[in-house]
Amino acid sequence: MTADSRNEILLEVESIFLSFGGVHALSDVSFDIRKGEVRSIIGPNGAGKSSMLNVINGFYHPQEGSITYQGKRRSQMKPHEAALGGIARTFQNIALFRGMSTLDNIMTGRNTKMSKGLFWQALHFGPAKREEIENREFVEHVIDFLEIQTIRKTPVGRLPYGLQKRVELGRALAAEPTLLLLDEPMAGMNLEEKEDMSRFILETNEEFGTTIALIEHDMGVVMDISDRVVVLDYGRKIAEGTPEEVRANQNVIDAYLGVSHD
Amino acid sequence: MAFDLFLLEVVISGLMTGVMYALVALGFVLIFKASGVFNFAQGVLALFAALALYDFLAEDGWFFAVFGFTLPVWLAIPATALIMILLAWVIERAVLRFLVKQEEIILFMATIGLAFVLEGLGDLLFGSDVKPLDIGIPQGASDWLLDNFNLYVEKLEIVAAATAAVLVTALAIFFQKTRVGRALRAVADDHQAALSVGISLDKIWVIVWSVSGIVALVAGIMWGSKSGVQFSLSLIALKALPVLILGGFTSVPGAIVGGLIIGVGEKVAEVYVGPLVGGAIENWFAYVLALGFLLFRPQGLFGERIIERV
Repeated sequence: MTADSRNEILLEVESIFLSFGGVHALSDVSFDIRKGEVRSIIGPNGAGKSSMLNVINGFYHPQEGSITYQGKRRSQMKPHEAALGGIARTFQNIALFRGMSTLDNIMTGRNTKMSKGLFWQALHFGPAKREEIENREFVEHVIDFLEIQTIRKTPVGRLPYGLQKRVELGRALAAEPTLLLLDEPMAGMNLEEKEDMSRFILETNEEFGTTIALIEHDMGVVMDISDRVVVLDYGRKIAEGTPEEVRANQNVIDAYLGVSHD
Repeated sequence: MAFDLFLLEVVISGLMTGVMYALVALGFVLIFKASGVFNFAQGVLALFAALALYDFLAEDGWFFAVFGFTLPVWLAIPATALIMILLAWVIERAVLRFLVKQEEIILFMATIGLAFVLEGLGDLLFGSDVKPLDIGIPQGASDWLLDNFNLYVEKLEIVAAATAAVLVTALAIFFQKTRVGRALRAVADDHQAALSVGISLDKIWVIVWSVSGIVALVAGIMWGSKSGVQFSLSLIALKALPVLILGGFTSVPGAIVGGLIIGVGEKVAEVYVGPLVGGAIENWFAYVLALGFLLFRPQGLFGERIIERV
């Protein structure tokens, strides 16, 4: 990736306000994500991190503010449009299709890449079948990449937690995303699993040039793999910058150690 | 020997009834798989489809009154299928769209409402008298089986079984091997995750209700040809309930096997146990069987076993 394209802005959120009833989840949050970077969003519990991701991929519609994605500015995203526009995501609480096999789960990630009509699919013949085979090939690459060949046919409901997280990442990668949103991809994992996951995230970023927005609680991981960090607390942005800058920021230290809010 | 043949006839007749049950149950399974909703209106959908089909074919229907001619069978069936797709679209627009992310029980209540609306609409449009439906399926017993094996089997039942077999095979392939099939299963499992991979819920619901409407059409044709199009058809929906409990609410093969077991079970029970208890076992046998299943295998024969981790 050249220095030039690294500085290009892929997504920018401006003065986002989001509230549910009287609860302000996000107040005046603005930041941007550059092409090809790993951008972490951190903050204490309830800071609004997941809400922010939900705004980006269109699950939540902010009351105010704008989202500019790939040069197109709008006041809200729709999940379906976000997916078509190349935004894929994983969830804090795993959201896999539990009754389906690993393979089928990851195949659903190809949904936006497949276009042949219902008619051909119903016949299971001709162009639809060819398309199915091509996409299956890509999915096999993803499976190899994530080293989950052995569980291809296993219904995901039966997999251990760490592997489920990996399958979920696989489903997101299958969409060949431009922007990948990861909501606590390492929550509840042991050290070894975390190391594996960090490796997959970095490789995705480096090999495919995928831009990544990451929510993570493990500060060691965040400091290791992020290019830039944005810190939220009580729905507001309190700091932003490189991992070193953020680590030294007094606001951040206060937020994490707990200083009374007036 | 004659006794064995009689048993065989009873079993075959039971299998055929079972196919009919299975056809209705299939419609339930499709919608349940894709939206977790028990569609109470499925039986009424079958009735509505049969009524619409009759209307295209008969000279006392609306179609004849408006256009002055009736449609041939090969055109009337696709036309009815189109009506069912249109109906699915209207249902999505007018009902389901407003209930996304609501509790399943609310959707269930909505389908009960839908059942009454459709039934009333059917009555209003087509009248409530019993209508003979003849789409050219041969009637009477199969002579060939009667001559060669001394077996009495209705031709209509053979046609119904063959149609069901084709339908189920097609659906199984569609569900397992295609993008839309996968999307349907995905929506059934997790709405949010489905949205995140770019599956549009509106579209999927229209598709699944359409498919289910077409299955209802097939069921409506078969029942209608057998015993005329009448409003008691919507009550078959109730017989589909034990079928689903046996087969599992989420399993297409389960609906088939469940239907067959109940069909055969109630016929055999009626003939061999019936006289001992004064008959009419056929009416409640299915429910007792379902009750047994609920006690010992609540997920049914093929249903997904739900294990909650605590």
